Amino acid sequence: MNELVWIFISALLINNFVLAYFLGLCPFLGVSQRLETAFRLGLATIFVMLITALCAWFLNTYILIHAPYLRLISFIVVIASTVQFIEMVIKKMSPGLFRALGIFLPLITTNCAILGLAIFATNKGYGFIEGMVYALGAGLGFTLALVLMAGIREETELAEVPRLIKGTAMNLIIAGILSMAFMGFAGLFSAA
Amino acid sequence: MPEKKQDTYQEFIKGLWRDNPVFVQVLGMCPMLAVTNSAVNALVMGGATFFVLVASSFFVSSLKNWIPKQVRISTYIIIIATFVTVTDFTLQALMPVVHKELGAFIPLIVANCMILGRQEAFASRNSVRLAVVDALGMASGFLFALFSLGAVREILGEGALFGFKLFSDDFEPWVIMILPPGGFITLGLLLLLFNWLKERKDRLVAQLDEMEIEPRFRS
Repeated sequence: MNELVWIFISALLINNFVLAYFLGLCPFLGVSQRLETAFRLGLATIFVMLITALCAWFLNTYILIHAPYLRLISFIVVIASTVQFIEMVIKKMSPGLFRALGIFLPLITTNCAILGLAIFATNKGYGFIEGMVYALGAGLGFTLALVLMAGIREETELAEVPRLIKGTAMNLIIAGILSMAFMGFAGLFSAA
Repeated sequence: MPEKKQDTYQEFIKGLWRDNPVFVQVLGMCPMLAVTNSAVNALVMGGATFFVLVASSFFVSSLKNWIPKQVRISTYIIIIATFVTVTDFTLQALMPVVHKELGAFIPLIVANCMILGRQEAFASRNSVRLAVVDALGMASGFLFALFSLGAVREILGEGALFGFKLFSDDFEPWVIMILPPGGFITLGLLLLLFNWLKERKDRLVAQLDEMEIEPRFRS
């Protein structure tokens, strides 16, 4: 149990996917303009990450034992098609949920955070439950970083900023400061 | 014939400087920030991306008439993933130490949106020769960007370049530069520099326009 809490907190705060591993930067910089959209993208990412962890566990346990060199290709293909399939199911079953997550689902599949999650979980040798907890922590961590960033960016829209630094340059420096703040969490477990 | 040569040169220089994938298009950042804490790591990562991009551009461009339109993106991804797997295993065999340090970030080259973007926007529509030149240019631009980032971070963060000490012993290394925040901040500042250079050039061009100087002197 303790182990699971550690995995969760580590993926959520200490090794935050965006701010410590630099994964999923494209949506982090591209879709953090509005708080509302950022939050919905975050939810969709958590969802896809859980599916990814499930697929990765299944592939690793039953198929890739026999052909480890196919790991990368099969991860990409299986994850992308599973997400597309589930997208169709959601569209049919629950239009409300589809509108909330909808447009983001296919985009998220090509996000490096998703593939990164599958590869990290494999490298660390996580089993089924550990993998799911890891995915949940990573997804929540991604959402947290995205929502914080969107909040800050909404504020900076009203601020007077020199024209040259506006845009990606400023966002990256904001991300750097956020990342510095998150480094503080590293002491969380070594102290205890 | 000279016009054709000019064309090739333009395609190459476009990726290296004017449309630099990192500094101008801000693509492919996911894998690049994580591994640029030293110049060597940056070069290896850049080299790996270089190989994958050039090889996949060559393949996609050669096969473009056989790839059905509906499944083209998946086909590109599978081609890219194949080359990434090759690179991954090659590096593991040749440079086990660096491979261990780069860890999971070599397989993540697959998710580099820059590579897929070049296949979709360029390689699938142009001749093999132009596609390879374009890939060479873009990959060199990416390598150049990775190297500048890695060099700046290593010089400031460890006071060294390629492991050689650059400063005297009383230099206090800026440890933050080799940690994650340093990556974000360095890239932010480099982008700022690029914006400034671009703006300065635009201003110069505008001035030249006013003075009605022959257009051929402009780049």
